[in-house]
Amino acid sequence: MINADTYKFSIFKILTNSLCKTNKDIKQYIAFSVIKLTFFLTVSILVGIIGFLIFKGARVISLDFIFKMPENSMTSGGIFPAILGTFYLVTLSVIFSAIPGIACAIYLNEYGPKGFISTLIRISINNLSGVPSIVFGLFGLAIFVKQLNFGISILSGSLTLSIVILPIIISSTREALMTIPQSMREASMALGASKWTTIWKIILPQALPSIMTAIILGIGRAAGETAPILFTAAVFYSRELPKSIFSEVMALPYHIYALITEGTSPQQQIPIAYGCALVLLFLVIIISISAIFIRQKQRSLYAKTGH
Amino acid sequence: MSIKSENFREKAIEYTLFILSLSAIIFLAGIIFTLIKEAIPAFKEIGFFKMLLSKDWYPTYDPPDFGILPLMAGTMVVTVIALLISIPLGLACAIYISELAGKREKVFLKPFIELLSSIPSVVYGFWGIVFLAPAIQKYFDIPSGYCAITSGIVLGIMSAPIIASLSEDSLNYVPKSFKEAAFALGSNKFETLMNVTIPAAASGIITSIILGTGRIIGETMVVLMLSGGAAIMPTSALEPVRPMTSAIAAEMGEAAFKTLHYYSLFAIALILFAITFVLNMLAEKISKKYRIKLGSSR
Repeated sequence: MINADTYKFSIFKILTNSLCKTNKDIKQYIAFSVIKLTFFLTVSILVGIIGFLIFKGARVISLDFIFKMPENSMTSGGIFPAILGTFYLVTLSVIFSAIPGIACAIYLNEYGPKGFISTLIRISINNLSGVPSIVFGLFGLAIFVKQLNFGISILSGSLTLSIVILPIIISSTREALMTIPQSMREASMALGASKWTTIWKIILPQALPSIMTAIILGIGRAAGETAPILFTAAVFYSRELPKSIFSEVMALPYHIYALITEGTSPQQQIPIAYGCALVLLFLVIIISISAIFIRQKQRSLYAKTGH
Repeated sequence: MSIKSENFREKAIEYTLFILSLSAIIFLAGIIFTLIKEAIPAFKEIGFFKMLLSKDWYPTYDPPDFGILPLMAGTMVVTVIALLISIPLGLACAIYISELAGKREKVFLKPFIELLSSIPSVVYGFWGIVFLAPAIQKYFDIPSGYCAITSGIVLGIMSAPIIASLSEDSLNYVPKSFKEAAFALGSNKFETLMNVTIPAAASGIITSIILGTGRIIGETMVVLMLSGGAAIMPTSALEPVRPMTSAIAAEMGEAAFKTLHYYSLFAIALILFAITFVLNMLAEKISKKYRIKLGSSR
């Protein structure tokens, strides 16, 4: 009796177990399929957008388009001044933010004070990276354009952009410094090198490729930002190429916006906007890929040496 | 003597680095100070609560009205639509990359998502104008494709990679031993994901959503190009709206320096800054807690 009962019970148990198991597996199958589908949907939407713009832009792109001045009140010709303007803005903003950015990362990571001030620095960096870009634009307008009287100029625009990219440069440089193994510092200090000698001779040369990544990421961000230069640097049309840092400039992202919203003859200007979008996309993608490439190489280097 | 001079050099360098690293604090303080200084005249003249609660935004009329409620409502509608899109898409991508993708796929996918999140917003806005807005206009048969839903969709697509990348990080940080323990107890992959991995990464995922929300609220170019720009209280997603960022971007060019209109745009910027500031602090608090939680249980 008892035997039969146990037997029945265990049969029941095996049955329910296997039922549950298939149930479990079906659930897993459905859930993972939904996740996979959503993932492929998202990627194909994003790739589709980029592909659409590349396809449309490729028809307009030529050497003349890139190296010629605009003609016939922006309805034909090239976009050279916009490319040059973006180059000026990006170069200056990186110069302005690289020194304080790298210094800040070194200070936080190598000297690592545990005080109120360094907490404050960290909180400021986090918040600065979340400030809406248009707010940077207003700050630049009030301080650089009006207060300091730089006017709408390359200088005002690149100073504004430099604040936008400062948190990016600080946090990626810090990340780079963190990957340098502690044993390097200890070995250098053990040989009698001072703290700064260790940083200058050992840490920085090692971290240099990753610091380059930080700067490249900053370049990519600065090249694509529109809102910060809306009131501080950019104009739709300038008669000549900028002569000094106090000239106003044309810039690629602003040019796309202006062509499509302020243009008077969309028939001719929308193709130009497609071309601009392709050039900007190309720039940003190349910049990002090179940053990713350097970082990957650096990471695998440390993975190989066993740190 | 040489030791003394070396000590001096060391100290000098440390102080120089310290002073340079104050730049982040100085800029943030400068932004806060400037916004408050330029916003105060608007609050004084119009009245803080009247500005916040009045439904009329007619800055160029005579007499002008400076009620920013419709602008805030516009921001809210667009943000909600964007989040409805970006949260599921972003989380699905994060889960796929960190849990389902093969090792080789993962090495390629993570940088790819980062690459997608670095595409400038003006490019997305441009795509919205040439592709999505006409499509929406046709599909819903409305007079203009520039409305809340168009900018919401573009913002959602645009911020999905940001949420994906941040959430993926937090899923990745969950210690392997957590999952192994769940497998050992007989859970399958899905049960482990739902009962162990996601709860352990929950605060990181929430942080990524909060940061993504901040990005969406502060995004300017997409809403400027696609929202339609009507400063009225929205009653449906198919109506044009004028979110706060687009009002600032569209009107600052016309507003004369140091007029009430100029000050009131700074007041909007101050409110916008306050919203993102609170979101950032919230994200920081949650992620700090999360680090402690995972650290102690490891």
